[in-house]
Amino acid sequence: MNLDRRLWHQVARARGLLLAAISAGLLAGLLLIAQAYLLSQAISRVFLGSATLDDLAPLLGMFAAVAIGRSLALGGAELAGHHLADRVKMALREQLLAHLVALGPAYVRDERSGELAHTATEGIEALHAYVSEYLPQLALAVLLPLIMLTVVFPLDPLSGIVLLLTAPMIPLLMILIGKAANWQSRRQWTQLSRMSAHLLDVLQGLPTLKIFGRSREQAATIAAVSEQFREATMSVLRVAFLSAFVLEMLATISTAIIAVEIGLRLLYGRLDFDRALFILILAPEYYLPLRQLGARFHAGVSGVTAAARIFAVLETRPADCAPSPAITPPPIPTPPFELHFADVHYAYDGGDRPALNGLTLHLPAGQTVALVGPSGAGKSTVAHLLLRFLAPTAGRITVNGRDLCDLPADDWRAQIAWVPQLPYLFDGTVADNIRLGRPDASLEAVVHAAQQAGADGFIRALPDGYDTRIGERGARLSGGQAQRLALARAFLRDVPLVILDEATANLDPETEASILAAMETLRRGRTALVIAHRLHTIRDADQVAVLMDGRVVQYGPPAALSAQPGPYRRLLRAVEGNQ
Amino acid sequence: MKRSPLLRLLALAAPFAGWMALAALLGVLTIGSSVALMATSAWIIARAALHPPIGTLSVAVVGVRFFGITRGVLRYLERLVSHQTTFRLLARLRVWSYQRLEPLAPARLGGQHSGDLLARLVADIDTLENIYLRAIAPPAVALLVTAAMTAFLATYDWRLGVALATGLLTAGFVIPLTLRGLSARAGRKSVMVRGELTARAVDTVQGLADLLASNAAERHLAALHRLQQSFSQQQRRMAALSALQTALTSLVAGLTTLAILILAIPLVRAGRLDGVLLAVLVLAALASFEAVQPLPAAFQHLSRSLTAARRLFELADAPPAVRDPATPLPLPGDLSTGEVLRVENLRFRYTLADPPALDGVSFNVPAGSIVALVGPSGAGKSTLVALLLRFWDYQEGSIHLAGHDLRAYAQDDVRHMISVVNQQTYLFAGTILDNLRLALPALTEEEAQAALAAAELDSFVAALPDGLHTWIGEGGLRLSGGERQRLAIARAVLKDAPLLLLDEPTANLDPLTERAILRTLFTALPGRTTLLITHRLVELERAHTILVLQGGRIVERGPHADLLAARGLYWRLWAAQQTELALAQSSQNADGMSTAL
Repeated sequence: MNLDRRLWHQVARARGLLLAAISAGLLAGLLLIAQAYLLSQAISRVFLGSATLDDLAPLLGMFAAVAIGRSLALGGAELAGHHLADRVKMALREQLLAHLVALGPAYVRDERSGELAHTATEGIEALHAYVSEYLPQLALAVLLPLIMLTVVFPLDPLSGIVLLLTAPMIPLLMILIGKAANWQSRRQWTQLSRMSAHLLDVLQGLPTLKIFGRSREQAATIAAVSEQFREATMSVLRVAFLSAFVLEMLATISTAIIAVEIGLRLLYGRLDFDRALFILILAPEYYLPLRQLGARFHAGVSGVTAAARIFAVLETRPADCAPSPAITPPPIPTPPFELHFADVHYAYDGGDRPALNGLTLHLPAGQTVALVGPSGAGKSTVAHLLLRFLAPTAGRITVNGRDLCDLPADDWRAQIAWVPQLPYLFDGTVADNIRLGRPDASLEAVVHAAQQAGADGFIRALPDGYDTRIGERGARLSGGQAQRLALARAFLRDVPLVILDEATANLDPETEASILAAMETLRRGRTALVIAHRLHTIRDADQVAVLMDGRVVQYGPPAALSAQPGPYRRLLRAVEGNQ
Repeated sequence: MKRSPLLRLLALAAPFAGWMALAALLGVLTIGSSVALMATSAWIIARAALHPPIGTLSVAVVGVRFFGITRGVLRYLERLVSHQTTFRLLARLRVWSYQRLEPLAPARLGGQHSGDLLARLVADIDTLENIYLRAIAPPAVALLVTAAMTAFLATYDWRLGVALATGLLTAGFVIPLTLRGLSARAGRKSVMVRGELTARAVDTVQGLADLLASNAAERHLAALHRLQQSFSQQQRRMAALSALQTALTSLVAGLTTLAILILAIPLVRAGRLDGVLLAVLVLAALASFEAVQPLPAAFQHLSRSLTAARRLFELADAPPAVRDPATPLPLPGDLSTGEVLRVENLRFRYTLADPPALDGVSFNVPAGSIVALVGPSGAGKSTLVALLLRFWDYQEGSIHLAGHDLRAYAQDDVRHMISVVNQQTYLFAGTILDNLRLALPALTEEEAQAALAAAELDSFVAALPDGLHTWIGEGGLRLSGGERQRLAIARAVLKDAPLLLLDEPTANLDPLTERAILRTLFTALPGRTTLLITHRLVELERAHTILVLQGGRIVERGPHADLLAARGLYWRLWAAQQTELALAQSSQNADGMSTAL
């Protein structure tokens, strides 16, 4: 019946609202019965009796009161449903986002980030109709027909039997139709998305099509694909609509049967007119809750699908390292930091994709270590392990002799400034973006940091200077500008450990020179790890570590390394030979 | 004055007016069946209560059974016809949109950042799919049912008709439209807050590494929490209005019933209305409210559709960036000698507010030569490509192709003279052969094999289970960067145009693949007049002239060796890249790894 246990658990936390929605729905149902009763009484007394409008005034007054009550109950039920959905969505979204933060960047990788962001926004919204409409209706579809049966049976057992016998056929048909509808909607959805994908494909490929002079004829292809879609979908729908047809038919034919059956017994005086009319008015209402449930079936399906995606994320365990048991977290060691990787292993995808295979690396206090090696050698993994985005699968990382795993991740990160190759700029002003790691910094401090990062010049040239909005809905900054903002963030943070990721060579030489100079200033007097792509940086480092296949194959001061045979010298020769 | 989007949509739908009318008629008859079922049923029991001979009921009994069946049948037919109409309309919309958008690409479709825009556009067209079914049909059906029922009741007494019409119109139109007006502001605010919430959530997910490294995650989540609360507040406001609508609609139905009773009872007492008809009229009126139930949702859908339509029309109405001349020059003949391309003092800016992307660029490409245009990102290289392919028109200076101004040719003819291999080879969802036929529609499999051989992709394709018929592109086999570029080379070989334009052909490749691809390019298309545009300074010894572009100007020009000796910008860019190249190759030397292709 489209119930997700885990989602149900969330709903149960707001069960008061769910109960309110269901009871208001039940109340509306009871008032409907009252309305039908009053209506049949009024008509009967006019038709067969000799009641005048004045005689009926109390009855009609009650009818009006019941109608008002019923509309209040209906509105209340809907309101309670919305509030319930709101509560559940809010709780789930907070849990989901907090959990994503706990899972960290290792889980939220680029290729997945779009989908995850979608789950956190649209995915959660997809639960609204499910919680606010489908869940209460599920209860009402069972309860309301039962109530009506208990009313009708004492009045006229024969009509009761007709209703009772047709009722089980409806859920039965619903399940069948549900399956068919599910299959149909999925199939139609696939078809539609395939057709949309075709249009998108053609539109995105338009420059290519134009280069080959083939763009105009695509209109005919689009027409043909749409026509195919129409034919394919209609052949599915012709069958799928049949099931809805049967359901509809069942409800109307039952009403017709009841009408004829009570009509004939009336004729022979075996039934009173007012009872007969009452039952006739109730008959179509009897099937209504079930048909409404059918109409909400789609909300049910998409709600459960969305819930499955949400809970799949929530049930993923964060992969942070386990601190040694039974110790209170030690304080962060006093800088300067000396870091040591001892035989560290790491593999992505739960061990399927090894990145580090016994890496041993020393970062002496206050020195710069340049990490060089081909792409895929594990350079970024080293940086991410230092940032505690990842935890080693084996081996140990120590800070001044203390295991990194034992330190609280947040406190440890507060000691690090990280300048990635492609820093992320947030929706907000330039100043806010620089303040990311120190929200309370004064504007003077921000400007000073920007000056040190060589960013002050271009920031002042922006339309609103430091108050210019950037990100999704603001100015777009170039890669070089973004990296200088990240440098300004790092200067503002003023912490003992820096991790720098040099950009690859596609920058304007002046931009690049200014970035390299800023990075040098930032490194000075701090323990620094630089993922280096520049000969200058490498030669200037205190130590060079050559990384290959997840291992450090050479380590030492650049001058010493260049004197011995090995990969580093080969590298230097290759560079110099080329120049 | 601009025509309203609704009118334009209706104009597009005009060819299907007959189908839409049929669907609406069937919709009216469906509801008519329910009304008739209740009315006839009420008549039977009211008549039966008077104990007449059974024969008087027989026609009505047949009628009840008939209406019990027709409702389902009519509903079924109505659904078939309306869906047929919907899909026909959708096909027309798609073709119309394509025909309007085709001349705009790529200049008016967001250029390189077109992904989001196009995806939204396609989503908008999909939204319009249901405009007939969910936004136009329900009000039409409701109005027709209202008219018919009003007429029916008015035959007994005009006041009954007025009461019912008032009730139906209030429930179906007045209440939803009034509340829509009230909720419009809350709705806009809600959309805005939701947009902010989405942006924040995307920021959190995509910027997570930066947030954590800056200890800013908690703060970010707290800000999200505040946004959530404000969103939830907006939603509650909307929910309150929606609940109010439900309550009012139900109340109007109840009060209309009451009004009909109050009007009809004195008529019965006065003998002006047969008592039997009292139940008939009341039940028929109640049943007719089914017609107005879908209207609130329909109005909501209508406004969503109109927003989508407005966006679509706005884009479709944009003037193309480039137009063909009234009488274009014919294609020039032989281009194997003389000057193929001459660019003089070319200036261009995308909009008046932008700085110039090209600021006085001059160079020429003689037949048979290889000219390279290099420079850091943002130097204006892509702009030049777009101008050469006539995706944009330049503002100052000139580009001459085969001795004539580019603007004197038809756009298709310009592109006919140029083979392009660019950075991101676009592969369409289809087979390898389909993708090659783009260049030559009448291509045979043998010719395709020959072109693949020239691009050194033949053995790769031969090893695929379906060979040339392997499905690639979206949803198909994922090709590596090198394989894609080789496919592009095969296309260029097939197109066999006199000028070869290489636009960053190796930008996304690793260094070894890069060299392999460049070598294939020059061997597959030997002696071709070539303009190579790149920021990767590899294999440039082949170029007869290298032009170094910076900030929209050519700052250095000459062959590779001269430029290196000059120790200027070219040399600096080159030296930086050599380090990376050496870094990448050092590993390959060390462990003999080869990732060519």
